[in-house]
Amino acid sequence: MALGIEAKLGDSVLTTKLDVVVNWGRQYSLWPMVFGTACCAIEFMSAAASQLDISRWGAEVVRFSPRQADLMLVCGTISYKQAPILKRIYEQMPEPKWVVAMGACASSGGVYDNYCTVQGIDNIIPVDVYISGCPPRPEAVLDALMKIQDQIKGESVLNDRHKDFKGVLD
Amino acid sequence: MNTALELMQAKFPKATCTPTIDSVTIDVQPEQLEKTLSGLKNDPELDFGLLLDVTAIDYLKYPQSKETRFYVVYTIRSWKKNMLVQVRTPVPDPESGIPTATHLWESANWGERETYDQYGIHFIGHPDLRRILNHWQFEGHPLRKDYDIYKGQVCYDSDPMEKEIKARLATKGIDELTMKDINTEIMFLNIGPSHPATHGAIRILTALDGETVIANVNEVGYLHRGFEKTAENRTYNQIIPLTDRLNYCSSLMNNVAFVKAVESWLGVEITERAKFMRVILSEFYRALDHLVCLAALFVDMGGLTNYWYLYNEKEAAYDLISRLCGARLTSSFTRVGGMYRDFYEGWEADLENQLRGIEKGVNDSLALVAKNRIVHDRSQGVCCLPGDRALAYGFTGPNLRASGVPFDLRKDNPYYNYDAFDFSVPVGTNGDIYDRIMVRFEEIFQSISIVRQAMKMIPKGPVNVADPHVCLPPKDQVYSNIEGLAGHFKLVFEGVRTPPGEWYDSFEAANGELGFHFVSDGSGQPYKCKVRPPCFYTMGGFHEMVEGEMIADTVINLSSINIIGGELDR
Repeated sequence: MALGIEAKLGDSVLTTKLDVVVNWGRQYSLWPMVFGTACCAIEFMSAAASQLDISRWGAEVVRFSPRQADLMLVCGTISYKQAPILKRIYEQMPEPKWVVAMGACASSGGVYDNYCTVQGIDNIIPVDVYISGCPPRPEAVLDALMKIQDQIKGESVLNDRHKDFKGVLD
Repeated sequence: MNTALELMQAKFPKATCTPTIDSVTIDVQPEQLEKTLSGLKNDPELDFGLLLDVTAIDYLKYPQSKETRFYVVYTIRSWKKNMLVQVRTPVPDPESGIPTATHLWESANWGERETYDQYGIHFIGHPDLRRILNHWQFEGHPLRKDYDIYKGQVCYDSDPMEKEIKARLATKGIDELTMKDINTEIMFLNIGPSHPATHGAIRILTALDGETVIANVNEVGYLHRGFEKTAENRTYNQIIPLTDRLNYCSSLMNNVAFVKAVESWLGVEITERAKFMRVILSEFYRALDHLVCLAALFVDMGGLTNYWYLYNEKEAAYDLISRLCGARLTSSFTRVGGMYRDFYEGWEADLENQLRGIEKGVNDSLALVAKNRIVHDRSQGVCCLPGDRALAYGFTGPNLRASGVPFDLRKDNPYYNYDAFDFSVPVGTNGDIYDRIMVRFEEIFQSISIVRQAMKMIPKGPVNVADPHVCLPPKDQVYSNIEGLAGHFKLVFEGVRTPPGEWYDSFEAANGELGFHFVSDGSGQPYKCKVRPPCFYTMGGFHEMVEGEMIADTVINLSSINIIGGELDR
């Protein structure tokens, strides 16, 4: 017995654009890979906990394996020592993939303008959404998630993303 | 403290001993260093078993000229006799260096490595002198005064660490020849730094035989964000927000520890109300810190339900904290000479409500854990570290107490009226993971009890001292008279001026002894600000806890010692 939408449709055919249906799927099943290094990772824990519940956006399947994830959340300071690892993890994620820079450190180095801190992860990998705050409130993570969803809506399966990006480690 | 000074002078007649706050500074020449240190460690009358920290000072830009540019300072504690000494020695030539102290205390290993990394001072006879916080392709030594703070250096590749793990295997009697033997199957397994179990900032490299860890070496420094160099360019009050980000699970305790250290040198006696506020908030944060530690530990063990019970209370506590100071995680609530502001109206009821919430969450979790066979089997007798080894590695706080050493600064060197509170210090017996879990559970209840006692005893009154050289004057004075305006202006621009000198002051933070070692040149900015992080030295003993254990146990062992990247790497 058919359930859900197929019960309504029966044998009929539904016409749509490939982009629309693929993007619809991608939008509501983002699997985050949390690259949590510092304070922001604690606020991500809050975004995932019961009160805010990230699963309302379909993004609760937190994968710590980059090979099973399509949304990289960089939560925390990235030092020069950490940078090659960040880049390698990013490269291990299959396309299509999106990157969120959570907090001041990941976005711009934050208060740590010094010899050991990368001044924004966009020196290393391409970033789609930046979240401000030190650390941002967990609601801001959800806001960024919705921005990513909006962005996905406008994309096409035929276009490659960020192929021309060149970071300091490339 | 005069007795300690007399004792030191009697024991080391050749050295110059000077009292500093509640410690004694012993100045020795490099030739005398080894004898002095071993005397401190091995003399039963002194019994300095805990090497807290090793650091160096670069006097290149210091206003007064010194005998040599570099000095090395060892901070050592005799916890039973409540004595603290700092042994200072000049370093005539950093290239040739001074003798190591690694044969006396295991904690000197990482402490001296950090000194080498940051200041470029060699330690003769050190078994493994290489960089620890900065990456292996780094050139120069960032905490030297002639190193430009903005000069970043790109790291292109991670350190393979093959040499180190093989050297560690060799100490276990496994050399290259054994490894080439067809019947030996040694597998190298690297965990982290990007791995959920390592909390994002530690790299654990193991050599395995089956699932058993034969040898282990660890790499830290992935979250080194230059706290100490940045602090040298900030006024004392500007550093407070940076201390939030040391141990971000208990930010307010770092705030308190930092200002307490500055005030101790200034000789400022804060108001009674401020003292009680600091105790209440510190103990509240101690409970929160343990909540996060235990929540993460049970996730790693597979008991996700505990995470919800424990973490939801932490989340609710954030709401309370943001009502108090406007931020959830980064409190920045203290100021030199007092607090940012008083409790708001209705705080007492909100706090009591939250304390009940924490008790309920912890009791719910304990109901799942306390008689749980799986938890017992996975934690009892696993990754043990006896008390003497824990002391040698410089463990402090709950990890040391789990190993059976009842050292707690709140009892042994009380500050802020801690001797007036009725509380006990939970102590473990085996130093296994189970003891570390249970010590933390009990400390949550003890902290809650202290908070309740302090809320009953807290007097009314101002929260800031009325000294315009230390605390900002009230706003009505700033707006209405010139002294108030000038005082405000000077304090904001120049910072709180501290008399020239150097000192160390410590505080019992959630993870152990959190100390600050300052050098002041008399200005409003510290000439040097070194943190003594409890995590760093705990991590230095990690390999000894996990070697011989199963690989899966290393993961929960790491959670049980509560390593916080911000504090570990600063």
